[in-house]
Amino acid sequence: MSSSAVTTAFAKAAAENRAALVGYLPAGFPDKDTGIKAALAMARAGADVIEVGLPYSDPLMDGPVIADAVYRSLKGGTRVKDVLDTVAAISTAGTAALVMTYWNPVDHYGVAAFARDLASAGGSGLITPDLTPEESGDWPRVSDEHDLDRVYLVAPSSPHARIAAITRLCRGFVYAASLMGITGTRDSVSAGAAGLVARTREHTTLPVAVGLGVSTPEQAHEVAGFADGVIVGSAFVRRLAAAPTPQDGIAAVRELTEALAVGVRRG
Amino acid sequence: MDKTSPPARRPAEPDIAPVPDGTGHFGEFGGLFAPESLMAALEQLAKEYEAARHDPRFRAELDDLLRDYASRPTRVTEAKRFGAEHAGGCRVLLKREDLAHTGSHKINNVLGQVLLTKRMSKTRVIAETGAGQHGVATATACALLGLECAVYMGEEDTRRQALNVSRMRMLGAEVIPVTAGTRTLKDAMNEAFRDWVTTVDYTHYCIGSVGGPHPFPMMVRDFQRIIGVEAREQVLSLTGRLPDAVVACVGGGSNAIGVFHAFIPDGGVRLVGCEAGGDGDAPGRNAATLTYGSTGVLHGMRTYVLQDDEGQTLDTHSISAGLDYPGVGPEHSWLKDTGRAEYRSVSDAEAMEGFAALCRTEGIIPAIESSHALAGAMRVGRELGPEGLILVNLSGRGDKDVATASAWFGV
Ligand SMILES: Cc1ncc(COP(=O)(O)O)c(C=O)c1O
Repeated sequence: MSSSAVTTAFAKAAAENRAALVGYLPAGFPDKDTGIKAALAMARAGADVIEVGLPYSDPLMDGPVIADAVYRSLKGGTRVKDVLDTVAAISTAGTAALVMTYWNPVDHYGVAAFARDLASAGGSGLITPDLTPEESGDWPRVSDEHDLDRVYLVAPSSPHARIAAITRLCRGFVYAASLMGITGTRDSVSAGAAGLVARTREHTTLPVAVGLGVSTPEQAHEVAGFADGVIVGSAFVRRLAAAPTPQDGIAAVRELTEALAVGVRRG
Repeated sequence: MDKTSPPARRPAEPDIAPVPDGTGHFGEFGGLFAPESLMAALEQLAKEYEAARHDPRFRAELDDLLRDYASRPTRVTEAKRFGAEHAGGCRVLLKREDLAHTGSHKINNVLGQVLLTKRMSKTRVIAETGAGQHGVATATACALLGLECAVYMGEEDTRRQALNVSRMRMLGAEVIPVTAGTRTLKDAMNEAFRDWVTTVDYTHYCIGSVGGPHPFPMMVRDFQRIIGVEAREQVLSLTGRLPDAVVACVGGGSNAIGVFHAFIPDGGVRLVGCEAGGDGDAPGRNAATLTYGSTGVLHGMRTYVLQDDEGQTLDTHSISAGLDYPGVGPEHSWLKDTGRAEYRSVSDAEAMEGFAALCRTEGIIPAIESSHALAGAMRVGRELGPEGLILVNLSGRGDKDVATASAWFGV
């Protein structure tokens, strides 16, 4: 298996004694161009991997901040093509880009076609929050063919047998959901997160990144103490949503990224 | 999914039906698309349900509640004037789920799931509701069994089904209006899933129809099968024969599966599902999923979905809140594709004609959901003529709908 851009990004972070910083933004929010600029600012300010959200009409795993953003993105006319354009802009700039997507848009596009078009946009793979190993169908084979990563989630409630089955299918890294819940910022890192990472490591040598509810440099620092990667989403989206102008939004994303990039350093 | 060579799949419940398989597949439909956070709870639910359904104490407790509390078996009433004047002279029999406690078939499923909640030692039940009938049934059962209850309901539906909002609150449930999307059933279901992911330790999500991730479509079907099991006997003893057609409305599809299921092996009996045709066939103007939809994944299941060219769920419209949903239970998708059942789109206007017809000829005010089945029966009746015999599932009563109906008819 060749080494993907995501794998390289995690390895580089580890070599620098820090956790990888993974930032999420939905494509097309607040508009396509601003979304791309914000992602590029994120990359330049120290994000190692960028998750580009594919807006979906029924985001079951998302709290109000991200749900509102993707709703507005869809109302603004965002299509899969715009998501792939965003991915292309990020990967052209030299940063690994994964698409975070609910399964139906991929299923509808056709798994093979989606993989082909994502690969040719320079995308690194998919994060699939509502796809179970049991229902993955052709995705493992097709993603291998296109050298794409497959990031599935493990949860605090996952028993060992499920963690084993999930991590066997993962490629790139494993997404550990820090808590039982939906996306959104929280006041503190869930007490169960470290244990979940430890349990996951019993089954895989892949990097394990922690997401859900991580928003501040302090929380990022805490997570970097036990995980290989720190995933931040709602905190970025909230800043973009609250900014009076696109320029202010991009600046706010840049500032938060810089602070988080310091936070993920160990020691 | 490899559609050319399906693996030999063992039925989950060989004693009940050949489908679904052990992981909830009805052919290519159903299955389990859910966030990992819910997987442990879904596995626990499947296991508990399997144990419960073989446990004589659970069965007895549920049977007692169905009989003494929900008033089962519900009656079968012959609708003579309706058949003669509106259904081409065809003989029409009504399965009276409107007479079940709380006024619809929803109570059958809820009593089963709430007993399971107790069995799993959970203390809180959440539900989504469109027409409010499932919400009322859930609030009712929670009051009876001493469980905390929260019901998610689209804001649009809280307005058009205001009576049921009051009933739920009266029964001690919290009603949470949902303001996302089109503010109807789909959005309420999204919000209920979000709650469940966060509270799954102590909360059971009592899904109100035969949709969602496995085991819900199978379990809810099993709890609703009683409708058809009773009706088949009742029709046979009343008429000495099986009906030519069984007609039901289809939202998520629970009352339809409920009444169809016992008739599936009876090859000569047509199974006719009536979907909400809304006010037109344009995207967004109806909720006729099996008529206008295509295969996709929604709310944890692979099934027919009303979606656009990029797999985004379409907005829906129906005069009936309970049918205003862009998906459908996976077993219906399977019944459609295998050809065992047929599905028709019934418009708002036709449904209201059925509503008025039953009011005026039988003295029964039906739910607008059920009125879609009545309108379907009027069509099938005219096709069959006076020799025909139709069983219609009258899934609920229409008290909740009198404001909508008054506005429609201008009375
Ligand atoms: C009386 C009645 N019939 C039918 C339905 C539709 O649900 P299903 O298709 O699951 O029976 C509802 C839903 O609210 C209802 O209240």
